[in-house]
Amino acid sequence: MLNYVLRRIALLVPTIIGISICAFAFVRVLPGDPILAMAGQHGVTPERYEILREQFGYNLPIWQQYFNYLWSVMQGDFGISLATKRPVINEFMALFPATMELAFVALLFAVVIGIPAGIFAAIKRGSWFDQITMGVALTGYSMPIFWWGLLLIIFFSGYLGWTPVSGRIALTFFLKPITGFMLIDTLLYGNWAAFVSALRHLILPAIVLGTIPLAVIARQTRSAMLEVLGEDYVRTARAKGMSPNRVVNVHALRNALIPVVTTIGLQVGLLLGGAILTETIFTWPGIGKWMIDSISKRDYVVVQSGLLIIALIVMSVNLIVDLLYALINPRIRVQ
Amino acid sequence: MATTNTPASAPASGLREFWYYFSVNRGAVIGLTVFAILVFVAIFAPLIAPFAPDEQFRDALLKPPIWDANADPRFILGTDPVGRDMLSRLIHGARYSLFIGFFVVVGALVVGVILGVLAGYFRGWVDVLIMRIMDIILAFPPLLLALVLVAILGPGLFNAMIAIALVLQPHFARLVRAAVMAEKSREYVTAAKLSGAGHLRLMMVTILPNCLGPLIVQATLSFSNAILEAAALGFLGMGAQPPTPEWGTMLASAREFILKAPWVVTFPGLAILITVLAINLIGDGLRDALDPKLKRS
Amino acid sequence: MKLMKTLMVATAMVAVAAGAAQAKQLVYCSEASPAHFDPGPVTGGNDFDASAHTIFERLVEFAPGSTEVIPALAESWDVSADGKEYTFHLRPGVKWHTQPYFTPTRDLNADDVIFSFERQWKEDNPWHAYLEGMTWDYFQGMDMPKYLSSIEKVDDLTVKITLTEPNAPMLANLAMQFASIVSKEYADQVAAAGDLAVFSTQPVGTGPFQFVDYQLDTVIRYSAFPDYWEGKQPIDDLIFAITTDASVRAQRLLAGECDIMPYPAPADLEALKADENLTVQEQEGLNIGYISYNTTEAPFDNPEVRKALTMAIDKSAIIEAVYQGAGQDAKNLIPPTMWSYDDAIAADVYDPEAAKAALEAAGVTGLTTDLWAIPVSRPYNPNGQRVAELIQADWAKVGVTANIVTYEWTEYRERGKQPDRKGPFMIGWTGDNGDPDNFFATLFSCSAIGVSNYSSWCNDDFEAAISAAKTSSDPAERTALYTKAQEIFKAEEPAITLAHSRVFMPMKKTVLNYVMSPLGSHSFKGVDVQE
Repeated sequence: MLNYVLRRIALLVPTIIGISICAFAFVRVLPGDPILAMAGQHGVTPERYEILREQFGYNLPIWQQYFNYLWSVMQGDFGISLATKRPVINEFMALFPATMELAFVALLFAVVIGIPAGIFAAIKRGSWFDQITMGVALTGYSMPIFWWGLLLIIFFSGYLGWTPVSGRIALTFFLKPITGFMLIDTLLYGNWAAFVSALRHLILPAIVLGTIPLAVIARQTRSAMLEVLGEDYVRTARAKGMSPNRVVNVHALRNALIPVVTTIGLQVGLLLGGAILTETIFTWPGIGKWMIDSISKRDYVVVQSGLLIIALIVMSVNLIVDLLYALINPRIRVQ
Repeated sequence: MATTNTPASAPASGLREFWYYFSVNRGAVIGLTVFAILVFVAIFAPLIAPFAPDEQFRDALLKPPIWDANADPRFILGTDPVGRDMLSRLIHGARYSLFIGFFVVVGALVVGVILGVLAGYFRGWVDVLIMRIMDIILAFPPLLLALVLVAILGPGLFNAMIAIALVLQPHFARLVRAAVMAEKSREYVTAAKLSGAGHLRLMMVTILPNCLGPLIVQATLSFSNAILEAAALGFLGMGAQPPTPEWGTMLASAREFILKAPWVVTFPGLAILITVLAINLIGDGLRDALDPKLKRS
Repeated sequence: MKLMKTLMVATAMVAVAAGAAQAKQLVYCSEASPAHFDPGPVTGGNDFDASAHTIFERLVEFAPGSTEVIPALAESWDVSADGKEYTFHLRPGVKWHTQPYFTPTRDLNADDVIFSFERQWKEDNPWHAYLEGMTWDYFQGMDMPKYLSSIEKVDDLTVKITLTEPNAPMLANLAMQFASIVSKEYADQVAAAGDLAVFSTQPVGTGPFQFVDYQLDTVIRYSAFPDYWEGKQPIDDLIFAITTDASVRAQRLLAGECDIMPYPAPADLEALKADENLTVQEQEGLNIGYISYNTTEAPFDNPEVRKALTMAIDKSAIIEAVYQGAGQDAKNLIPPTMWSYDDAIAADVYDPEAAKAALEAAGVTGLTTDLWAIPVSRPYNPNGQRVAELIQADWAKVGVTANIVTYEWTEYRERGKQPDRKGPFMIGWTGDNGDPDNFFATLFSCSAIGVSNYSSWCNDDFEAAISAAKTSSDPAERTALYTKAQEIFKAEEPAITLAHSRVFMPMKKTVLNYVMSPLGSHSFKGVDVQE
């Protein structure tokens, strides 16, 4: 196992280098000029322009710029945002919990509803429940979530007034972040009203972000379950007179869930992508919106380091999923 | 009689068998029907649409759909902020969405298959290089990567399609590589090799047709994904540029009217949903019909 | 242990928050996150609102709701006869904010004033580049280095500023946000501690509100400064809830999540005005959206062609479809609220037939041109693409084919500046200080060609008029000169003056005494909330 882990990690090194080259190169070829982008409606003088170019190292040969960048990244320095002059890593750390919290609750929502729905649909295969669930799941899977989010806002916030329009918590609550996770922080402060407020703010964005994972998980659970239910040992158990519930609980469920767990792990990249849209619609202060804003503001340093950090996160999650899978299913390791 | 017929009708019966399994799936048939209608609408858009998609009626800005009391009878689904007929724009929009889906799938398929075959057939450093590049692409969230690529290439429909195709092609490459590796050791391939078939012939004629099933399914999935991603890029202002009647772009440029004129937001979104749903229904049907494992159960 | 400590501090804060439930609070749904809280180097209106109009003050200020300059940190000032020496008498007893990170030992004095300008002006000042890659955009943009000769301390409460040449708009410049006065004592303390960047994230000013906390991209909190020289503000807490999307802002206001918001989307105005709990203030914006012909490019070098093309545009349709009624036809370069506006100028007429005839008379047939559409939404032009589509359709009717082109915003401006740019170029301007010079000279003087004169237009009569107006300090004489400039501009038509947008400020009816600034800033000084 250790061998396998080491091999997997060694394989990542060239990928990580490739990712850093990509992030660096993307930003270099972006049109527009970072120095001009910083200036307001008055522009900058040509002399000042040259000074700034030098200060940011944009006058160096491109490979030297890359190695300088790589060197500082390895020391944990991801650069200073052009717009706010704050270290990119500080901004990331300040905003990432918001995205994590949203993604986690969205995934929870997807799992809690998706897995039982998939299981029941499989057990009652062909029933109206199965057909409706799978119809809804496919619709969810086909949903343009930016539109879906707008519809939910119109209905629940605009028309019914049940949920807040945007933000993470009502402004009356002034809680200094401890973990940055609003739900956890409010509980740490023992402020129940604040917790409820945070939850109310989280519901709609989490539903929107969770819609596609929910559909994927429900469909995946159903088909994994169907496959397992068709296997010989389950049929044998059934034939031996084991109660249907027991068959499902003891034999089918555990085996069916292995591929589902992988599916859930693979949703993380999609969740981060979906967070871009969800955060834009709900003005949720997370890294998705941060990236979009930085791309449109031409904050080169943020785009470059943001891409790098996000790719590293997705890769780490995929690695963990792979390793977990190998742990459950020893056959993988041999290959 | 039966024996003499077998060789000639084998492909036909394969197709017939496929159609049998496909048509059992009610959803797939509905999807196919809707899709066929969409294709028809897209092809004959100029004939079907009551107006040109960019014709502005300055006297009819933001008119509601026909069932509303304030509607203008000329415009069945109302008008947009500069007085263009929503229905005509939606009809023309079908052209864009289907074209995007088609172009992206063809692009991603061609590139992905070539890379996958090369990697799977030659292995060694070719394989390592190609697969590492695919890993790098897959490490970025697809929408984010597409967004950055479009920012680089400049916002626009064509650039958005290139970006999406690039983001989607690793799935094809991985699929084909795995299939090629599995098929390569099969007896018929070895036999063909022994009888002197060249590399190219081996790959294109012998191996590829055997992984056609999963490829078709993946292509259908990519088709709907491409439409969604292009709409998302349009929504973020990085896809097709106004006044192009692309649905995502229409939605974005009308977003400010969400409370005042919900129809300019509702209809394009609904059009995207219906199209994508139809394609996904077809995809499910294809998978059931082409995947022998699921067919059994 | 550390967590325990944080928790205890936090619990104390919750207690404060709970106690403050009775405190008067105003929530402002602001449109963007500030870059930071030093008003000197920042450029965005949102940056200024978050620092210059809450935490900081200037020697002189614009009176609420006008562009008139009134005393602030300077009680009074004298200008020498030659117009080159300004002597400011500082207000005694002005207190600096006391913060957990800074306790002032003295009141505002001349050292603070000199420091505030020298850090922007003198390249050898240690604070001149205290943030990586920083620029003093407004200080440079308003040509301060060119006009400043010296800033001297006469005594603790007297500062003398000497200019290189008389400059009528100087006093208005000193009322602008970049000229905010910062604390020298605090700067010294920060410098001694080492990390200079703190100066921009933990601000200390003399203004009506003091900084409490900023959660990135989410919320900024201020509290009323108890020792403010004009007395404590009626409200206790001021909160900026950052909400970038205009429609979302409107929905938050409707849902009662905030009390007041800037920049509503035109489409939302109807719903906001209809709500019985809200009131919508409105005002002419100090801005102009215009389209620059390149006056060196044929056939746009012919004024008759330029005027004919302008005549072919249905401006009222643009104002309705794009500005949604939140705009007003612009017949002059400067907006009607600005002094010296010439109301005698006739408005542009829409007459496609006459336009077609005029084009033919000028020998222009089958013209094909690029039309540059502004890629971002600006107050002076909410949707450049839509404007371009409408003009394209209008011009097609007189036989002119326009191809819409656009680029990323910085690139768009760079390409637009080039003297050999092809085709009319959509752009606009928002006034900085309410002085007509800020429009005429910045946008259409000969020296601005290649900088911000997108028409590459250099007219001797126009140039003479605006140069004379700049050095004169007699308002009547200046008005006459600017009137002449407007007449020349209309006769030459170097640009299509499209529209001045109206600015709206929706708020709850419980918000009292809010006064809109013609300069587009948002100040909550003196605002009260009805319980």
